[in-house]
Amino acid sequence: MFPDFLTDIYSDYTIRNITLGAMVLGLVSGSLGTFAVLRRQSLLGDSISHAVLPGIILAFMLTGSRDPLILILGAAIVGWLATLSIMAIVNTTRIKQDASLALVLSVFFGFGMVLMTFVQRQPDAAAAGLQRFLFGQAAAIIWDDVRTMLLIGGAAMAVFLLFWKEFKLVVFDRAFAFSLGMPVRRFDVLLTTLLVIAIVIGLQTVGVILMSAMVVAPAAAARQWTDRLGLVTTLAGLFGALAGVTGALISAYAARMPTGPTIVLCLTAIVLFSLVLAPNRGILWAWVRQHRQSRELRSRVVLADLYWLSQQHAGDDSGHSIATLEAMSAGRVAVDHGLEDLEQAGLAERTDEETWTITERGREQAIRDLAEEEREGSDV
Amino acid sequence: MFDLSTAQMEIQLVAIVVAVACALVGVFLVLRQMAMMSDAITHSILPGIVVAFFIVQDLSSPFLIIGAAATGVLTVSLVELLERTRLVREDAAIGIVFPALFSIGVILIARFARGIHLDLDVVLLGEIAFVPFNRTEIFGIDLGPTALVMMSVILLINLIFILLFYKELKLATFDTGLAAALGFSPALIHYGLMSLVSVTAVGAFDAVGAILVVALIVGPPAIAYLLTDQLRLMLVYSAGIGVVVAVLGYWMARMLDASIAGSMASMVGIIFVVAYLLAPQRGLVASYLRRRRQRWEFAGIMLAIHLFNHEGLPSAEQENRVEHLQDHLNWNPDFADRAVRWAERNRIIVRRNSHLFLTEEGREQAREAIVR
Repeated sequence: MFPDFLTDIYSDYTIRNITLGAMVLGLVSGSLGTFAVLRRQSLLGDSISHAVLPGIILAFMLTGSRDPLILILGAAIVGWLATLSIMAIVNTTRIKQDASLALVLSVFFGFGMVLMTFVQRQPDAAAAGLQRFLFGQAAAIIWDDVRTMLLIGGAAMAVFLLFWKEFKLVVFDRAFAFSLGMPVRRFDVLLTTLLVIAIVIGLQTVGVILMSAMVVAPAAAARQWTDRLGLVTTLAGLFGALAGVTGALISAYAARMPTGPTIVLCLTAIVLFSLVLAPNRGILWAWVRQHRQSRELRSRVVLADLYWLSQQHAGDDSGHSIATLEAMSAGRVAVDHGLEDLEQAGLAERTDEETWTITERGREQAIRDLAEEEREGSDV
Repeated sequence: MFDLSTAQMEIQLVAIVVAVACALVGVFLVLRQMAMMSDAITHSILPGIVVAFFIVQDLSSPFLIIGAAATGVLTVSLVELLERTRLVREDAAIGIVFPALFSIGVILIARFARGIHLDLDVVLLGEIAFVPFNRTEIFGIDLGPTALVMMSVILLINLIFILLFYKELKLATFDTGLAAALGFSPALIHYGLMSLVSVTAVGAFDAVGAILVVALIVGPPAIAYLLTDQLRLMLVYSAGIGVVVAVLGYWMARMLDASIAGSMASMVGIIFVVAYLLAPQRGLVASYLRRRRQRWEFAGIMLAIHLFNHEGLPSAEQENRVEHLQDHLNWNPDFADRAVRWAERNRIIVRRNSHLFLTEEGREQAREAIVR
């Protein structure tokens, strides 16, 4: 009756958790990532997601607990530290943003690896649970994890919506926000905190290395469909959730499809789809527009030539050969295609196999075109 | 502990060669503000390595390097392609391209590479300790660990490229417009450099892992950037710092019994913090001291000008008393006291029964300051 996976989402414990987790993660990181992408901080997400590794391991070493809440807290604190370090380097040295991001990312991650070797030396297989933060391991997600994600993600979303207006102002009209006396820096900090949260809740599912895609890709895709911030954010959340669910289901049913990478590839597909097909901005529409314009330009050139010929031959409209027209346009345009377009529009007609003439309507159109060109001062 | 076995020597040698090779190309990445490209390339070469591995079935084959380097260049082109649509910005383009390629690599490994020696952990985290076991022989003569041979070749290529195109690289880095106007193709230099980064990253990933490669590419140049203004020196310093990172990182790992790659990255962090604090001119301490000195220098000049203005006038009796400075220069007593003592120490003024007098040098300085 139903496809298997629909019933499984309800009945199969593991699949339900994975799907739900991936959906929450996609929703939260997608919508919270929007501001990061629009603020040109896409790679901050990448840097933070790598840099939280030592936080996760330190939290485990200090507490001995693998409670997702504690690990996420550790990750969030270190993610914060990493962000502060990046800002400090950019603000106090002449090292630019890109190098500070790369430096912090790799040094923190390296430090995390050192800590990891300490943990791995312990006799119990404690490290096994930590390893999954590297690449993510959705299959190991239990209801506790999902609850934690819901809790933290929900809180982050609530704050995000609560200060929506302020965030919007701070990011897109900074000077105005300052002039209103808003605590702009504090909102910056809050926004970055939300980004850190969006990243850390996805680590168990997607892993530190691919988490940045969850932040960047949904917003980049959503941006193509609309110019309105509210819609971009909503769409980004939906795209994230869609990719999360699809990726989780594919990896649950196909053998040997790791969840994190599968989700990321679903996201990539959404991005490509949006880049190509989104109305107005999409590559396909831009191409169609350009094609249409060049076609129109071509018929205009041919029409103008026909008009000139008919003027020269003082009403002798027995026809002008294609060769003449081709010579006039100096091979710049495909004359025969242009003539076909003109014929369809009723602006020119065939008088013989190889000869064409302008119609009365074509004459009127040509005169209008010339007048317009004159007005625009163009010399086409 | 310091009795070095051959294996230890070899590991350190590999680490040094890797670090220097990375640092040299890294200088240009950092200066061209493309450091994050190293992150993208190191991640996205994974599918290249995997596919090449499926074809040749040998992890140490040079084809792996070619395959991965091609993927690296593909990454750069894809990022530029996305950017050129003007639908996404560069940072977002990077953030979309490399996770996608990396994901393809991970899935390929998961689906088709079970049970063979192509482990994700090794790709990402590297295992330099295994380097001595994999050796290259030609005609039965042991040339040393394969990684050492390979990286030495890569280092040599990097060196030759930089020496050969030093002028072009310099120009393209600091003045792209002029470089293009003079007929150097910035695109050619750009792709040349990116190919080198890819090749270096591939060669190095095996030994130190993808993420440490980023530390070695970006870290030493960033540190050198704090130390010098000259490109030539920056290259030399970066290479030197690379060597230090390799050796100290190795010994740190030995002492802590921890991951060598991780220790090297941590060492980059430690050296960066030291340079950040102590760099001779740009360090935090140096600029703090400079600001403090400037504050007292300025106060001293103010004092000198004040005394100079009243010198030889009847008002001098009143004006050049220490207590009066509080009113006239709006200094609080403590600051006034310290400024006077600073000026005394630097022989700008002398104090005679709580009256202040300019020295010859102080007078000179005041006169100069006024003219200026």
